[in-house]
Amino acid sequence: MLHRFATFVAGCTILLVLAGSLVTSTASGLSVPDWPTTYGWNMFTFPPQHWVGGILYEHSHRLIASTVGFLTIILAAWLWRADPRRWMKWLGVAALGAVVAQGVLGGITVLFFLPAAISTAHAGLAEIFFCITVAIALFTSPGWIRGDSAVKVDDRVLRNVATATTILIFAQILIGATMRHTGAGLAIPDFPLMFGHLMPTHWDPKIAIHFAHRVGALVVTLAAIATSAHVFYHHRVRRELTRPAALILGLVGLQVTLGALTVLSRRDVSINSAHVVVGALVLATSLVIMLRSWHARFPQGVGSLLQNLPAKGQILQKAPDPT
Amino acid sequence: MRLQNFWISTVGLALAVSMVACGGSKETSSTSATPESPAGTAAGQKVDAATAGNVTGTVTVDGAVPKNEAIKMNADPACMKANKDPQFQETYMVGSDGKSLGNVFVYVKDGLGNYVFDAPTETAKIDQQNCRYHPHVFGMRVGQKLEIVNSDPTMHNIHAMPKTNSEFNTAEPMPMKTEHVFNTKEVMVPFKCDVHGWMNAYVGVMDNPYYAVTDKDGKFELKSLPPGTYTIEAWHEKLGVTSQSVTIGAKETKDVTFTFKPAGASATN
Repeated sequence: MLHRFATFVAGCTILLVLAGSLVTSTASGLSVPDWPTTYGWNMFTFPPQHWVGGILYEHSHRLIASTVGFLTIILAAWLWRADPRRWMKWLGVAALGAVVAQGVLGGITVLFFLPAAISTAHAGLAEIFFCITVAIALFTSPGWIRGDSAVKVDDRVLRNVATATTILIFAQILIGATMRHTGAGLAIPDFPLMFGHLMPTHWDPKIAIHFAHRVGALVVTLAAIATSAHVFYHHRVRRELTRPAALILGLVGLQVTLGALTVLSRRDVSINSAHVVVGALVLATSLVIMLRSWHARFPQGVGSLLQNLPAKGQILQKAPDPT
Repeated sequence: MRLQNFWISTVGLALAVSMVACGGSKETSSTSATPESPAGTAAGQKVDAATAGNVTGTVTVDGAVPKNEAIKMNADPACMKANKDPQFQETYMVGSDGKSLGNVFVYVKDGLGNYVFDAPTETAKIDQQNCRYHPHVFGMRVGQKLEIVNSDPTMHNIHAMPKTNSEFNTAEPMPMKTEHVFNTKEVMVPFKCDVHGWMNAYVGVMDNPYYAVTDKDGKFELKSLPPGTYTIEAWHEKLGVTSQSVTIGAKETKDVTFTFKPAGASATN
């Protein structure tokens, strides 16, 4: 039940990321000038008939964020009471701290007219919070808990490559957020060439940021391929690794396509927003591979959680593994 | 890193709370500015109306300008209701002759020396009506009150994005009006409505009264200029600026023409 709730919170968080990306894609970030109120109203009593134009995006983002914040309070309390692992209790607290800080950053960036540094920090912390919720969902999953007493993957190379890939993806997202919040999304207006050449013909800070994001896409693609290739070559029977390894290849391919289409469509709102969401999903998928590669190094102590799970054989009888 | 996040959060929270507590609202920001009035400056001289002249003129465009961008107002039913016909941006207001250019801000950029001018007593006004700004381009004086009106049955925010004055973003639930004062000369200050992304306007904030906005025939007039040599500049939101030096004698009226060349060609006069 806790795992299902944690998964639900992670799902709501990706919805929140989508709402945030719609705010920036439609340039609606300042359509509600005040915070935490909305045009003087308490945000929860702001009449729906006034949700027009940019207000629709910004106000919806605030309401979804508030909902996620409320859900995170429940999740943190639930973990504190029900999870015997001390570090999990504190991970719940960290999630709560992150979502509160995220809300404050969101408010500050509105009150200070969207300074690029704060808006980029808001985007970066959103990814960190999403990663925490995904990690909590993973750590509370039956597979993870059962794995504590089973033979686990302990592959140093996989740990290194998966960790490096996750860090690179996060860095790439930060570059993307910087590009987004400095208005550099079309600083290089063509794709795949750059001003008709393989390299930009001239430079300014925006072109440099945009160029870095394109180079970052190439680096991340290679890193994701390296991680997946290692998984398929060395751990092809471990479905908990092969499934996310296949998924990340598909997501990276989709993400590169969306990035190209964002430029070619002159930042179409739907494509631009989908690019942000898929970026977060790429990060989360890489995080899952990374955490599973580190599983053997995690502290033990699932105790009561394991006793509450049905035996693996019982599950297999209900849903036989095709392999 | 978490400790750093904690401190950033704490400082941020304190900032946010203090801003809310101190009522960082539109009324405060609109009334706290101190009007700058050069009228009381002892060193300056007043313009002698008996010898003052005028500059009249026309602004034209040499070449085809892009079509004004179409606007979709379907994000707000109130805007749709007020504008049933196809709507377009007001970027290029070209006259029926295909040459004259409206919505160009023309002003005396340089040459006034130590002249001083009475502080304006009237209030400048911008109205949000039918989901448009009226006027689209206008001028006002440093220290002059600007009345910002929302005449629409919908929400607007007016977001000024100056480079030297203070940025502001004021909520304007309907119907209401607020006031603002600019403290520094600035040509031009853009306004936008983030609720309705197509709404934009520009104001030239001047420290002298010699400015005008061209009408649909591209005409403008700068009245009561003291004799002298001036740099007069014409500004257009997309075509940029062009300027020329104009000398007028006592009681003389001089007619000048500014010509913009679109598509990257430099402007001429």
